Amino acid sequence: MDGNYILYKFILATVILLISLLVAMYSTLLERKVAGYIQDRLGPNRAGIGGIFQPLADGLKLFYKEEFMPGTADKFLYILGPSLTMMIALLTSAVIPWGNSIVVNGTEYSLQVADINVGVLYVFAILSIGVYGIMIGGWASNNKYALIGAVRAASQMISYELAMSMSIIAIVMMSGSLSLKDIVDQQHGMNWNVWYQPLGFLIFIVCAFAECNRSPFDLPECETELIGGYHTEYSSMKLGFYLFAEYINMFISSAMIATLFFGGYNFPFMDSLNLSHNALTIIGSLVFFMKIIFFVFFFMWVRWTLPRFRYDQLMRLGWKTLLPLAIVNILVTGFVIMLKNHL
Amino acid sequence: MIFSKYLFFILSFIAIYAALKVLISKKPMHSVLYLTLAFFAIGGHYILLNAQFLAVVHIIVYAGAIMVLFIYTVMLLNLNIQGEFPKTRLTAIASAIAGGLLLTVLIAVFRTYDLKMAADPSLNQIGLVKNLGKVLFEEYYLPFELSSILFLAAMVGAVMLGKKDIY
Repeated sequence: MDGNYILYKFILATVILLISLLVAMYSTLLERKVAGYIQDRLGPNRAGIGGIFQPLADGLKLFYKEEFMPGTADKFLYILGPSLTMMIALLTSAVIPWGNSIVVNGTEYSLQVADINVGVLYVFAILSIGVYGIMIGGWASNNKYALIGAVRAASQMISYELAMSMSIIAIVMMSGSLSLKDIVDQQHGMNWNVWYQPLGFLIFIVCAFAECNRSPFDLPECETELIGGYHTEYSSMKLGFYLFAEYINMFISSAMIATLFFGGYNFPFMDSLNLSHNALTIIGSLVFFMKIIFFVFFFMWVRWTLPRFRYDQLMRLGWKTLLPLAIVNILVTGFVIMLKNHL
Repeated sequence: MIFSKYLFFILSFIAIYAALKVLISKKPMHSVLYLTLAFFAIGGHYILLNAQFLAVVHIIVYAGAIMVLFIYTVMLLNLNIQGEFPKTRLTAIASAIAGGLLLTVLIAVFRTYDLKMAADPSLNQIGLVKNLGKVLFEEYYLPFELSSILFLAAMVGAVMLGKKDIY
């Protein structure tokens, strides 16, 4: 491990961090534009051409708002909550393969920060610690609405985490590897996992909505019952962090959906283009980002189309429908793999 | 590598500091969060030993599942009022004796133990998921299945206890 290698990884990590933040920033604009389009209005269009500077204006506004802290709040945990949410939201991007490798002077540079051989489990781990920020923030506010919101968020995320992990296990069984790079490489060309695991994909995407606390599962911030949910007492950039982390989570979830089920940086007819390795990598990365943007759009599309679930419906869907379906999916996958090996 | 040596000391410091804070903290919520931090530091130690699988599973099970339920309980019971647990002399004596016994056992174990430098952990491949799976499903197949039955029994038991009327 020489200095060049460390420097390269450092730059790559920084670039990916910045891209995640940039995409999340413009997702807020896209969200409002999509909402406007669906509700037959224009959406923000004052700041810059077509509202292109709207996210910057929003960010500035949040920075200049009054910083408020409830007198009875636990000061340290009150600040820790949003920071932790933001940090954990950004952690997953380390194991996602953003592209194949680029070869410069015979040295191969991978476009993945860390190709660890337990990549899928790492994603599970980040998922499972994702509730901390919300729970800490909701509890430290010392407000009953915030507490109820935090409790709801935690139980929702724990419930859907199970079905989500189970749906990925079927993918792991098919590919025989826990490394995300291996899983992507096996979906070469048009050989995407979604053709083999449609049920797994359906379970995964429903759970991804629930894990991101997005509508129709945005019960933790259900404003008709809970004011603002777990971030009722937050203002200024601390609130901004909570809201912004949601968009980062959406971006990362979309990236995971594209990686696991839609071939990551693979695209059809990639072998018949006769392009060099580096050109293929760059086109692949662009295709990957197009897939991600599509799923980010899908998240918004659903939000402005479907109404919110009721809380008992949410729990019933998670435990009595998705989890058994995920287990059946694992059994069927195992059965098919066994048949394949014996025929 | 010299770098991992420093990492070892940093992680150990965090682990011990957090473990002490679990005992010292007045608020139950802080204790629970410090315990989580201690688990993360121990997860870091697993990575230094080249046991990535164990490290990640450690985080998933302890930080992701058990500690979240702990926080949940603390939040719901609202154990934030100080002095809610009366500390009687009996508990003090009992805990002193129990801790002392544990200390005696630890001293007895480590007295004869020859402290030497372990083999280079980066050469140790047992912690990788493939090797671990092979060992578990070939050599230790029966204990593995037995422990999963134990888990199942515990799960059924928890559900039974949680039910109000068992019929």
